[in-house]
Amino acid sequence: MAKRSFGLLGEFENPEALLAAARKAREAGYRKLDAFTPFPIEGLAKILRLPTPRISVVGLVGGLTGAALALLMQFYVNYDYPLDVGGRPLYALSAFAVVVFELTILVSALAMIMAMLWQNGLPRLNHPVFGARHIERASKDRFFLCVLADDAAFDADRTAVFLQDAGALSIELVPS
Amino acid sequence: MTDRIADILPPDQSLGRVSDQLTGIPLHFPARRRWWIAMIVASGLLLLLVISTTALFTRGVGIWGINIPVNWAFAIHNYVWWLGIGHAGTLISALLLLTGSEWRNSLNRFAETMTLFAVICAGIYPVLHLGRPWYLYWMFPYPATMGVWPQFRSPLEWDIWAVLTYLTVSLAFWYTGLIPDLAAARDRAKRRGWQIFFGITALGWRGSAPHWQRWSQAYRLTAGLAVPLVVSVHSEVSLLFAAGQIPGWHSTIFPPYFVLGAAFSGFAMVAIIAIALRSLFGLGNLVTDDHLDVLGKVLLACGLMTGYGYLFEVFDALYSGGAHEMQTLSDRLIGAYAWTYWGAIVFNFVPLQGLWWRTIRRSGWMLLLISISVVIGMWLERYMILVTSLYRDFVVSSWGAFTPTFWDWSTYLGTIGLFLVPFLLAIRFIPMISIFESEELLHEEQEARRG
Repeated sequence: MAKRSFGLLGEFENPEALLAAARKAREAGYRKLDAFTPFPIEGLAKILRLPTPRISVVGLVGGLTGAALALLMQFYVNYDYPLDVGGRPLYALSAFAVVVFELTILVSALAMIMAMLWQNGLPRLNHPVFGARHIERASKDRFFLCVLADDAAFDADRTAVFLQDAGALSIELVPS
Repeated sequence: MTDRIADILPPDQSLGRVSDQLTGIPLHFPARRRWWIAMIVASGLLLLLVISTTALFTRGVGIWGINIPVNWAFAIHNYVWWLGIGHAGTLISALLLLTGSEWRNSLNRFAETMTLFAVICAGIYPVLHLGRPWYLYWMFPYPATMGVWPQFRSPLEWDIWAVLTYLTVSLAFWYTGLIPDLAAARDRAKRRGWQIFFGITALGWRGSAPHWQRWSQAYRLTAGLAVPLVVSVHSEVSLLFAAGQIPGWHSTIFPPYFVLGAAFSGFAMVAIIAIALRSLFGLGNLVTDDHLDVLGKVLLACGLMTGYGYLFEVFDALYSGGAHEMQTLSDRLIGAYAWTYWGAIVFNFVPLQGLWWRTIRRSGWMLLLISISVVIGMWLERYMILVTSLYRDFVVSSWGAFTPTFWDWSTYLGTIGLFLVPFLLAIRFIPMISIFESEELLHEEQEARRG
């Protein structure tokens, strides 16, 4: 039965209670933890030891791609169809700057947002945690800590007791 | 604006109540009657736009008052006006996010929504003005059988890239910020239709800790890109003018002057919408008098900076000593269209001075009237910049006049419908005040109060 579940979900009243419980869970040896909260909680990522996201790298690569695309496009267009306007330079970087800037931002911003969704595995139609009874309050005023079932230290009964001691308002075994 | 104002939201309200209140607006819409009345008026205006565009496309741009020499009047003037209004949404949302000014949290969502639809209104104007709008695709670099490419050394070509980039990035930023709130609305929805609508649009958001972490990073970085984007887009718009040789346009002050004027008119529009929404939906607990106070201060600051632009424009002309610059200056001050110049000065800067007083900033009605005056003033300013420069340029043979026709006005009023209809739909269907950011701020304030 334990193998078939997604994890144990503990419900907490406020962010401080959640942070305290998360800290205790790390100390108790749980490694595969997740939390569901209505807004980002400062310090939670550090306690859960989440790796620093690399969205900024994607943004940088996107920006460079956009700039390169814009430059190449404008150089090529002026090479392929040279238009002499009173002897002014064909390859005028100052005149190209605006489109280069716009495309840098466009590609960079879109790349970051798409990377964020991709890495988060969204869009996604359903998820086991949506099967929990109180989970809809995770978008309102409750803060949930989840010990995932594939954690080495996970045991349905003992983990439930642990969450109870950590001050959970309700505890629920989420089926996978 | 970096230091946060102590307790801008009344701290004696619970997180759950705020969430219920805000998701309740689309789910159990409170002001149906007033919404329908507004919607009927807005739809009427939109219908006017449809009729005006149909007339325009069948009969051509000759139905407008434009002619040589004033060939750029209402279409470009309203384009600049709408785009300027749009910019404040991005500035409120992105700039104030980065400076940590949490008071923005009650205003950013509808300000961004305002941006989206204002940019659409702006964006259709150059297309209508094309004369042969079906050749719009000539602006894009596609391998044409004619063997020609767009001219990338022209500000007119930069324009389409700037506006389309701005629209796309604004849309992406707006949607990214909306995802957690769509999830909140999904979780509160009781009826099947709403559950499906919000279930799909929320993309399966579940507020997981690593998701929030990536989301925050992506959101803040996009905000960081959006701020220079605003400055670049409106600077580029000003280059449409400044890169030409027409006296009164050919000036290096134009980019900052335009960007500040844009922020000025946009913040005025934000104040108008904030006051309207607050009274319509009883949101006094989230859009507080303190918010109006801060908005009033920002409006005053933007107005004074725009006023500085006016002074320097005059100084520029006098300092250049060029005969044609001086001629344009006198055309503005005492010429046939002097009413636009003085109208802009009066509407922009005279009622504005009321904002020095705290009681006026904190009174919804006064701030509303001042903001309406600013929006009218900035409209006149763009009229002035376009027409007073064009109607008399270098040689007497190219002097003329401009009088707007019925179709000029009907197209302009129609774009107001194009703005209002989707905006009213957005009010009806999505949370118009950011739920999770309001909760976050409220929690921080309660935390600080507990010590």
